[in-house]
Amino acid sequence: MTADYIPSGNRNQVAVEIEDVYKSFGRLEVLQGVSMTVREAEVACLIGPSGSGKSTLLRCVNHLEKIDAGRISVHGKLVGYHERGGRLHEMHDRDVARQRRTIGMVFQRFNLFPHKTALENVIEAPTQVLGMSREAAIAEAREHLEMVGLSDKAGSYPTQLSGGQQQRVAIARALAMRPALMLFDEPTSALDPELVGDVLAVMRQLAEAGMTMIVVTHEMGFARDVGDTVAFMDGGVIVEYGDARRVLAEPEHPRTQAFLAKVR
Amino acid sequence: MSENNPAAGADEAPAAAESRPAAIRAVPVRRPGRWISAAVLLVFAAMFVNMLLFNKNFGWDLVRKWLFWHTIVHGVWITLQLTFFAMVIGIVGGVLLAVMRLSTNPVSGSAAWAYTWFFRGTPVLVQLLFWNNIAALVGSDIGFGIPFGPQFFHLDTNSTITRFSAAVLALGLNEAAYMSEIVRAGILSVDEGQTEAAASLGMRRAKITRRIVLPQAMRVIIPPTGNETISMLKTSSLASVIGVVELTDASESAIHLYFKAIPFYVVASLWYLFFTTILSIGQFYIERYYARGSSRNLPPTPFQKLMRTNLSFRRRPAFTAAREVPR
Repeated sequence: MTADYIPSGNRNQVAVEIEDVYKSFGRLEVLQGVSMTVREAEVACLIGPSGSGKSTLLRCVNHLEKIDAGRISVHGKLVGYHERGGRLHEMHDRDVARQRRTIGMVFQRFNLFPHKTALENVIEAPTQVLGMSREAAIAEAREHLEMVGLSDKAGSYPTQLSGGQQQRVAIARALAMRPALMLFDEPTSALDPELVGDVLAVMRQLAEAGMTMIVVTHEMGFARDVGDTVAFMDGGVIVEYGDARRVLAEPEHPRTQAFLAKVR
Repeated sequence: MSENNPAAGADEAPAAAESRPAAIRAVPVRRPGRWISAAVLLVFAAMFVNMLLFNKNFGWDLVRKWLFWHTIVHGVWITLQLTFFAMVIGIVGGVLLAVMRLSTNPVSGSAAWAYTWFFRGTPVLVQLLFWNNIAALVGSDIGFGIPFGPQFFHLDTNSTITRFSAAVLALGLNEAAYMSEIVRAGILSVDEGQTEAAASLGMRRAKITRRIVLPQAMRVIIPPTGNETISMLKTSSLASVIGVVELTDASESAIHLYFKAIPFYVVASLWYLFFTTILSIGQFYIERYYARGSSRNLPPTPFQKLMRTNLSFRRRPAFTAAREVPR
């Protein structure tokens, strides 16, 4: 773990500002007025039953989903739109892509590129998007693979790796872009129980190094130990939000209490 | 372990394995149906070989004599060129049409759909005749310039659209319609998560298509494309109808010269078979290349298979089939 990942901003600076966001898929209203603030170096965990909108909210942060109303900004810049003369202008594909460079994302199903080896997966974006030389990218990729404990798997194709190893390669791939914010969409939900620990350990390491993270998770242990804040979502709204240990230990809202009683 | 235990003697197996029951040696199920069907097929095969060898009408001596006759060889060369250029147009056009069809722009989507509708909906032979008579449609020269505006240069239709280029255009443009469906199926077979992962890394649409989606779609695209190429090699014989002297036409003219039909059809068939075989072998290796990363074990090459067989017919070789790993 190098100091590269520690964002230069101080801890109280706002990293992600989500203001009154609405999103529906056809007639299904998935987000119904969600507001949330994530500060630099903070680990914010989103928990809640499936279908509560937590993954959708996460995907809105890097504009994989377009929001219908409200606004999201990352590091003070509006996501997906330019604001000029009091009006919103849709961003060009090029600018959306540029904005995503600083936001890493890790998916539930890993989504590694199966036709590329672990190393090729990691160097793909630095060489293709940032224009880094292959040699420099490889040197850096080896560091990232070492950080996730997979330096010996550089030449392996994704199908030759276990789920936990694939997910750690996916984390290395996201880190290769030197993001200032990492989004994790249920990173351990598709893993066999004995492989969950390795992935969580890498995430914990990242959090300790000061990475700003938003984590959608069902791992209450991780949320309690690593999370700074926890937002409990249900029915498209944040039902309860606050200090991670407080929300998980003494939930105030009855719905939070009921949910936590079930998952425990 | 057995080193310290002289009692184990020649038996090197550890103690745990000694209690293992003997391997099953059961009497196999009798399958008389297999023997009967095999016998019937063998009789047919013997009849066929007998006909090949002893039916004088094949004229094997003539076949041997005319197989490399210059007119035939030139016809082979034209057939290969037709196949090559038509497939280039077909594949490039197919990729273009598929990307258009899948784009978010409704106009380009509809245009691609209409193209496929027309070129797949009319017989390739009719299209071939159409292109051969294109001058009757567009006049004797073709102008290039601003649509509905001034034109900058002209081409003489009859010297530009020769019989050969008419055949290439007809076969290629027709092929593009079929290839577009193949490419589209390939692109749709790639998981959407791939596009999302690439997008989340800051890659742009064109680059995602080129670097992430198409290479994975290839696994689905290659086998039917191989079939199309093999099919094109044979369909190119239709060009003989508009007077392109390719393999079939060359054989036909030889028949008119020598009044011997069967030997020249055999000559043509042997050439077609030779090249379809070459193409099938090529297809196998290309498929193998694009299968990397998608299955744990690549299918063995015929040579590797031969090495593993041990020439033993009594027992099937322990052979692990390459299994698709679900993504």
